[in-house]
Amino acid sequence: MHVQDAFFYLISALIVFCGIGMVTSKNVFHSASFLAVVLLLVGGLYLLLHAEFLAAVQVLVYVGAVVVLMVFAVMLTSQLGDVRVAQNNRLTLPALAASLVFLGVLVSVLLSHDWSATPAVQPAAGSFTNVQSIGQALLTTFAYPFEVVSLALLAALIGAIVIARKDEE
Amino acid sequence: MTILKLILRWIAHPGDFALDTARPFLHQLLVTRLGLPELAFTVVCMLIIGVIMLTFVSLSAFWLIYMERKVCAYFQQRVGPNRVGPFGLLQTIADALKLMQKEDLIPAKADRPIFLIAPVLAMTATFMVLAVIPFDKNLIVTDLNIGVLYITAVSGLGVLSILMAGWASANKYPLLGGMRSAAHIISYVLSPALPVLSVVLFTGTLSTQKIVEAQAGGWNLLAMGPMGVVAALVFLTASTAEINRAPFDLPEAESELTAGFSTEYSGMRFSMFYLAEFINMFIVSAMFAVLFLGGWQPLVIHLPLVHLTLGPWGGFLPGWAWFLAKTYAVIFVLMWFRWTFPRVRVDQLMKLEWKILLPISFANLALVAVMVALSMPKA
Repeated sequence: MHVQDAFFYLISALIVFCGIGMVTSKNVFHSASFLAVVLLLVGGLYLLLHAEFLAAVQVLVYVGAVVVLMVFAVMLTSQLGDVRVAQNNRLTLPALAASLVFLGVLVSVLLSHDWSATPAVQPAAGSFTNVQSIGQALLTTFAYPFEVVSLALLAALIGAIVIARKDEE
Repeated sequence: MTILKLILRWIAHPGDFALDTARPFLHQLLVTRLGLPELAFTVVCMLIIGVIMLTFVSLSAFWLIYMERKVCAYFQQRVGPNRVGPFGLLQTIADALKLMQKEDLIPAKADRPIFLIAPVLAMTATFMVLAVIPFDKNLIVTDLNIGVLYITAVSGLGVLSILMAGWASANKYPLLGGMRSAAHIISYVLSPALPVLSVVLFTGTLSTQKIVEAQAGGWNLLAMGPMGVVAALVFLTASTAEINRAPFDLPEAESELTAGFSTEYSGMRFSMFYLAEFINMFIVSAMFAVLFLGGWQPLVIHLPLVHLTLGPWGGFLPGWAWFLAKTYAVIFVLMWFRWTFPRVRVDQLMKLEWKILLPISFANLALVAVMVALSMPKA
């Protein structure tokens, strides 16, 4: 077994463990912390796939921004300072159904994929600059979707500001 | 005589020594002689580098804390620590010993696991950033091709530790301190990143080592023209705010919040936050030196009319000495800020970020982009 395989299984096991911890934990703050660990470890999986740029962006956007915002929201809730904020609602059954459907889709995709294909040529260590290839792809092949996504994000940003300013008048 | 020369050469180029002498020697000893697998060799190398970096971090923190107290003292016309050791040099070590003996208090209402993890996370996030700081030509833990992005991503984890500490303490002062800090850091994530982006645009690489190499003919501060100066000033201001140093030290404004998020911490756990804070100052200054002052390159002034290089004299000081000299010059400026400016208010802080720094750095980035596009060879 390669070192990378060992790391893959270690990281995956930790992801599953923390994922279970995230949904079963009774405390919102603990859930958010577990989520942060899960997202960090997913960044680790990207690193194993030589996707350094994606890994850095994963940590930057999901852990550095999304989880921080969630934690911030938790701290802003009415029971400021209360350690025990309940985290249950009556949506257990619908959630279970949705998860099962998603699991079915995942399994069917995994089973239908042809895994015998040889992996792409591994570049020599250190010579890999996926930043360049991502940049070039974004401005040539995917220029149109890239612009559309930028516009959608800009619209969302302006929308958020408009909603936040509404009651000020 | 030859041995003395060799030792002098090692001191001048510790990176070369590590790569050319120490590493092959260790490889021969472990793999060839003892028959251990390559993996063991890699692990031993990692451990050695880790220990060296930890030692460096602790020593710099000791020195920085001493320096801060002395600089502060002279700014206030006092003498500062002068009792323990010559010139009070051992004062920080005495303080550290005292902190180690203190009881590790955990408030009864605190959320134990998160309370215990928070300072470790603060320390880890800071420590990880040091991996891509280029100390000399070959003296860098790992030259990632996404170096600058890595720094931004990993240092962003620090804010999580402050929030965790503030929330887990189950006390209103740390909670308020943590909240302030979150609002503060979320706002100030953008403006240090934009000047970095303009440097990346100018040098065409994300690797910290290559950014330094690109400045062999002149520092970015001057090579980028007026845009370089603007970017440097914005970076310095915004990163002072990002690392919560005065005049932007609102998260731990002691007259309003006791000691902010670290109020409930004592002993070693408190000193971890304290250490992380000082190492963050080192990192920000080192980043400034790398991005704008040419890192380990010797002094080069390259302006339209003036061209000044030290030529062969530049090699008189080893690269790491140039790097440390530049970094400590920036650290001194940060300390100067701290003991000169009064603390800003929250609204002033937000105004500075969103209405002044951000528009300036966006305009600056656009100007740099135009400059780079104009100077590009026609394809």
